[in-house]
Amino acid sequence: MTEKSHTSIQYEKELHDIKERLLYEGALIEEAIENAMQSLMQRDSDMARSVIDADDRINELDEKIEEKCIRVLALRQPTAKDLRFIATAIKVNGHLERIGDLAVNIARRALDLNEVPPVKPYIDLPRMADITREMVRESLDALVKEDCGLADTVRKKDEEVDNLNEQIFRELLTFMLEDTKTIHRALLITQISKNLERISDHAESIAKMVIYMVTGKNVRHQGSTRNCEQ
Amino acid sequence: MKWRYFKQNLFFSLSRLCALILAVAIGGFLIYILVNGISAINWGFLTQPPQDSMTKGGIMPAILGTFYLTVGALITALPLGIASAIYLSEYAKEGPVIRIIRIGVNCLAGVPSIVFGLFGLGLFVVFLQFGSCILSGSLTLGFLILPTIIGASEEALKAVPQTFREASLGLGVSKWQTILRIVLPNALPGILTGSILGIGRAAGETAPIMFTAAAFFTAKLPTSIFDEVMALPYHVYVLATAGTHIEETRQIQYGTVLVLVGLVLSIDLIAIVIRSYIRKRKRW
Amino acid sequence: MKNNNSIIETKNINFYYGDFRALIDVTMGFERNKVTALIGPSGCGKSTLLRLLNRMNDLIGRTRVEGEVIFEGKNIYDPGVDPVDIRRRIGMVFQKPNPFPKSIFDNITYGPRLTGIKDKSTLEALVEQSLKQASLWDEAKDILGQSAMMLSGGQQQRLCIARALAMKPEILLMDEPTSALDPISTAKIEELIEELKKDYTIIIVTHNMQQAARISDYTGFFYLGKLIEYNPAEKLFTNPEVSQTEDYITGRFG
Repeated sequence: MTEKSHTSIQYEKELHDIKERLLYEGALIEEAIENAMQSLMQRDSDMARSVIDADDRINELDEKIEEKCIRVLALRQPTAKDLRFIATAIKVNGHLERIGDLAVNIARRALDLNEVPPVKPYIDLPRMADITREMVRESLDALVKEDCGLADTVRKKDEEVDNLNEQIFRELLTFMLEDTKTIHRALLITQISKNLERISDHAESIAKMVIYMVTGKNVRHQGSTRNCEQ
Repeated sequence: MKWRYFKQNLFFSLSRLCALILAVAIGGFLIYILVNGISAINWGFLTQPPQDSMTKGGIMPAILGTFYLTVGALITALPLGIASAIYLSEYAKEGPVIRIIRIGVNCLAGVPSIVFGLFGLGLFVVFLQFGSCILSGSLTLGFLILPTIIGASEEALKAVPQTFREASLGLGVSKWQTILRIVLPNALPGILTGSILGIGRAAGETAPIMFTAAAFFTAKLPTSIFDEVMALPYHVYVLATAGTHIEETRQIQYGTVLVLVGLVLSIDLIAIVIRSYIRKRKRW
Repeated sequence: MKNNNSIIETKNINFYYGDFRALIDVTMGFERNKVTALIGPSGCGKSTLLRLLNRMNDLIGRTRVEGEVIFEGKNIYDPGVDPVDIRRRIGMVFQKPNPFPKSIFDNITYGPRLTGIKDKSTLEALVEQSLKQASLWDEAKDILGQSAMMLSGGQQQRLCIARALAMKPEILLMDEPTSALDPISTAKIEELIEELKKDYTIIIVTHNMQQAARISDYTGFFYLGKLIEYNPAEKLFTNPEVSQTEDYITGRFG
């Protein structure tokens, strides 16, 4: 969509800069999720450790973005669409930082699991990770492109992730009931699954913020029936 | 760089020189009159009527006559002039009619005074049958100074900031009240300036009063506006050209001129004092 | 926006300067005891509309009004209506403070005196009340006899407000009242407006969007003579209905 740009080029740059940084943060987080899963699948503890270290960069970026948003609020007195964008950016930034922390948790669990023999081949977990990575990417795309429809798609995927989480839990439950020696490992795996499910919740929240930003309507606490057409 | 400063200084110096020349000219003129006329001035000169075919005595009737004529001219011109100025400045809508009126007023300012004299003669003295008297003279002089009064008053009215009028009207005050209570009082200094100029001309003009009011000699002082009067400028004119003792009355001529200048300057001074008082009170 | 509590409203106003149509079909109502702001770029007609409301445009030659301005059930442009009377009920404060070159006291009593109030104690009480309403009493009460021109810019503007209030209008029109003032004077006057709306209806034209956002209850956005959007201020500044409005207030115009 062709957008009229601000009379002040500097202002335009500042907003563009915040969007760029959010996208970059998103990319770093996608990488973290991917690497955390890989460290589990390949039993690669070094990779797990690198994920944990990389979180510092994400936190730094998070601080920087917040700083820039506050600066725009103070100096530009944004109104209407710009105001909603900044409000959204601040919240999205928070969600991304939390996702980063969850990826670190996954890496830590991977470290633990790599010390012990596997319970069963991982099928559903990587599937969950793929979907959540998609959700993160698409929700940020929706933010930058102001695409309501894309935001709706993200919200639908959350359901799929929830189902997978349930499935994994039920499966592991049977394992634990059959053989109590697997409980420790099974619990670690459920924690990873839970983390992924929470990542997808955060991505869904980002999508809801995008709908608010574009339409000015708050859909955060409505049921999933409300979307950007309404 | 230096060339710019040189040009600037040159210009300033030339301007100062012009001002100096002007001051010297006026000063010289005044001093000349003072020197030549002062010897004729004494109390008797100012209070006695002329005697012995004007070779002795005083010029009191002429002083009085000039005074009456000047006041009469002001009475004629001020109300008419200020009212016209108010109309032109506050009420008139721009258009061909107004432009013609303005051109007329400006042209009137340039009409030679002798023409006014003949006009006064034809209209007031003959047609309206007032005869040669203070009334005819005052009216004629009034019309003479009318353009000056109108011009200065209109300028003064226009100089009152529009914001004052807006503020007054915005309070729900009618246009006429605004003019009366805000615009006119603030235009007063400018109007007074116009009056000063008018006084100077009215007191000093000879041609307009030659046929309409002035007589060379009146046996007694005027008692009504239908009487003829003596007048200072006319007095000088006659003594210096048509009188019977031109050389002998030279002294008296200079004295008369000195008195005339003194009279005009005094009235001017009074007007200036009034004006500066008003200006101080109404600073904006 | 329809408003049942309107104290004054315009109906299909078209306004012409000569052949130029400065206002195009403007219909809006102004709510009693609220602050309504009119915003828009230069030349959009907002000042013209303001001056229409108390017939100040009558003073400019070659102007024509079509449509109605209804105040107290009557069209103020009806032939039988006296504009002087209208201007006593609908007062105006201008962009540049314009006190008369008189004393503070005389400035305020100028209008009331001409409506017939002569009694000294009545006038004194009126001066005190007006200055208090304009937040100027404390600064001015000891110097009432001094020339108004001695006051600072912000004080002069408050004096002009007091002067307008002395006529006890119902509506106060303000044409960019703080654009010539420093930020502190501006803040004082904005504070004042917040107080005044309890007793008066205020309609203000402003170039300063943040000011409109701060003080107005309703805001109307004008562009090229048309009323583009008219909504409660909160709505207009967070989620405007018309994209033109959004472009203007976010600085995307041009």
